[in-house]
Amino acid sequence: MTPSDLAGVCATRDLIVVCGAGGVGKTTIAAAMAVTAAVEQGGRVLVLTVDPARRLADALGVSEVGNAQYQVPLPSHHGAEPRGELWAAMLDARAGWDELVTRHAPNPSVRDRLLSNPLYRDVTGRFAHSHEYLAMERLHEVHTQGRYDLVIVDTPPSNHAIDVLDAPGRMVDFFQSRLLRWLTVPSRSTLAGLASRPFYQVLDRVLGARFGEDLAEMFALLAELRPGFVARAGEVRQLLADQRTGYVVVSTVDDVAMGEAHTLAASLRARSLAPAAVVLNRGVPPLMAEAVKDHTAVELRRRSHDDDVMDALAHELSASRDVVATVVREMAERLDDIEVLAVRERQRYEEATHLAPVVVRVPTLDIDVTDVSALSRVGRSLWSAQSGGAD
Amino acid sequence: MGKTSVASALASLAVEQGQRVLIVELDPVGALAAALETPTLRFQPQSFAPTGWAMAMDTEAALAEYLRLFVKLPVLGRLGPLARTFDFVAQAAPGVREILTIGKLCHEVRQQHYDLVVVDAPASGHVVELLNAPRVVHDLVHMGMVQQQTAWMLAIVEDPVQTGVVLVTTPEELPVNETIEMMGRWRNETQVRVAAVVANRVLPESFGAPEQAVFDALADATRADVVIDRLGAGAPTAVAATQWAVARRRLAATHLARLRQFVAAEPPLVLLPDVPVRAGGRRLVTQLCEHLTFELDVVP
Repeated sequence: MTPSDLAGVCATRDLIVVCGAGGVGKTTIAAAMAVTAAVEQGGRVLVLTVDPARRLADALGVSEVGNAQYQVPLPSHHGAEPRGELWAAMLDARAGWDELVTRHAPNPSVRDRLLSNPLYRDVTGRFAHSHEYLAMERLHEVHTQGRYDLVIVDTPPSNHAIDVLDAPGRMVDFFQSRLLRWLTVPSRSTLAGLASRPFYQVLDRVLGARFGEDLAEMFALLAELRPGFVARAGEVRQLLADQRTGYVVVSTVDDVAMGEAHTLAASLRARSLAPAAVVLNRGVPPLMAEAVKDHTAVELRRRSHDDDVMDALAHELSASRDVVATVVREMAERLDDIEVLAVRERQRYEEATHLAPVVVRVPTLDIDVTDVSALSRVGRSLWSAQSGGAD
Repeated sequence: MGKTSVASALASLAVEQGQRVLIVELDPVGALAAALETPTLRFQPQSFAPTGWAMAMDTEAALAEYLRLFVKLPVLGRLGPLARTFDFVAQAAPGVREILTIGKLCHEVRQQHYDLVVVDAPASGHVVELLNAPRVVHDLVHMGMVQQQTAWMLAIVEDPVQTGVVLVTTPEELPVNETIEMMGRWRNETQVRVAAVVANRVLPESFGAPEQAVFDALADATRADVVIDRLGAGAPTAVAATQWAVARRRLAATHLARLRQFVAAEPPLVLLPDVPVRAGGRRLVTQLCEHLTFELDVVP
């Protein structure tokens, strides 16, 4: 059974991964889905962001989102209590690594030495890209806690969204690589012996001696964490490929955004997965698309050049004819803009139907989505899906 | 945000000024080739204009080039396939990728084959770590070849005459918030100069005061019959559409005002209009380039 709308997608999944290009409104869509699922369908819903920019905090009006999960107050549902609960959380890369090391270290000594390794600190704290795997392990952890009926996870921009999906596999490859064993196993007990291997001699020459030693120690300590990491990464990978995990790709009518939607759909298919839905964000409000079909702009422009009509209208509005004509022509121009957008939206809609069984259009809002009531407004248009070949 | 379009427009403008320009895409699945309408970009620069070249960053190729030019290590042949070693190092010490990327960019600047190197950088947060990588490694590694290597990179990256960051945003709530946050990070966490903030996709105000008064009168529900009578059955929808467009523009104006207040006098805030093109590509780049020429007051 394939759900025919986004409500159906949310109702049949435990986990929804929201992906798409940067700037398409992924965070807002993820949060709006979470709000609406909690209000309409009930249950405990968690929205989890892995984006380092603190956008979800803005969108939810929650200033302190960390690894902890916070409950977000919900609006009423048809005047009654909301059916479910909404929770929000955001990852902090450094704290996450510390947690992972603490969890997977075979003993306190390994844990403490790793946590105090100067490279470990800098690598996990100051460089990007180290937390994609963490995001997925965190996701897995939240999922297996069984605290939530539905977890909706927002992801970083497209190429990173793929990185997030790849992360568990890469982590397994890394820990199982023969290279890591070759570098560490034979001389695990003596760091001096380890640092004298040819690989490190090269590193020493390139990076300087202390860097090489620190790196050697970090590898050796990381190798100790291997069993825990490998088992967990396998479970995470399984979760991401599970039938109960759904992928929602967000795009706008923009070329770049749609190009990334295609890339994402293809990468999902390459993993034998498929998007459950495409959300076409920032489109034309449905009412205005009607006006385009009726050639209203042409009619307005014609009348703006009819002096009798303009004189009469100017008289009725107690205004000057020229100003009235200017305003009417401006209205026609705004409709022209909308027509350009409507044409592209229809074309994109058609394209998107080849990417996923459910395609939902969300109109551009004339307000900022900064609170939960605005999120539920977005959620309503997500739910009222003009989907499934309605065109 | 239209980062790639703005980067392409900047590069095109410099080409028009007679400069030799290299534009580098860092995103492995980026849209620069589409914007410039070139074949798929590779590490080897290809020409997109008489004095303009475009390339895609490939850290593995950058490593190979680096080792060939600087390290001259014959022992490498015995270390097994370079790619495997590289993957291993890059995964274990994630800063390696950043250093190689920034190293390649600085190398191009130092070689002076080009007058200007434009970088189409990845989305917001990651680029701070990228440009900061030489500083991080420099402070971390106290001797050896990398110390020397990062020293000359720093001399380029932290020189306000040679390197400047251009932040591209749009007049919307979250992009403006992020830009303000990013400016703070650049100022506090790095010694790299922010050279300009570009607000892209800016819509002009629809109405002055007299027009707004007339429009409000037209939009007055009690006059609906008169308006339909004079302007046709579609008039109420046209009024709603215009209200929607006006509200969006007002909203954009408030965010722009917020940005302007934060940016203040330094660095310059450059506005680029929303360009209604049927498709992206060169047409969009050309139009943005024309607007940049005007906004930056460049003598053609």
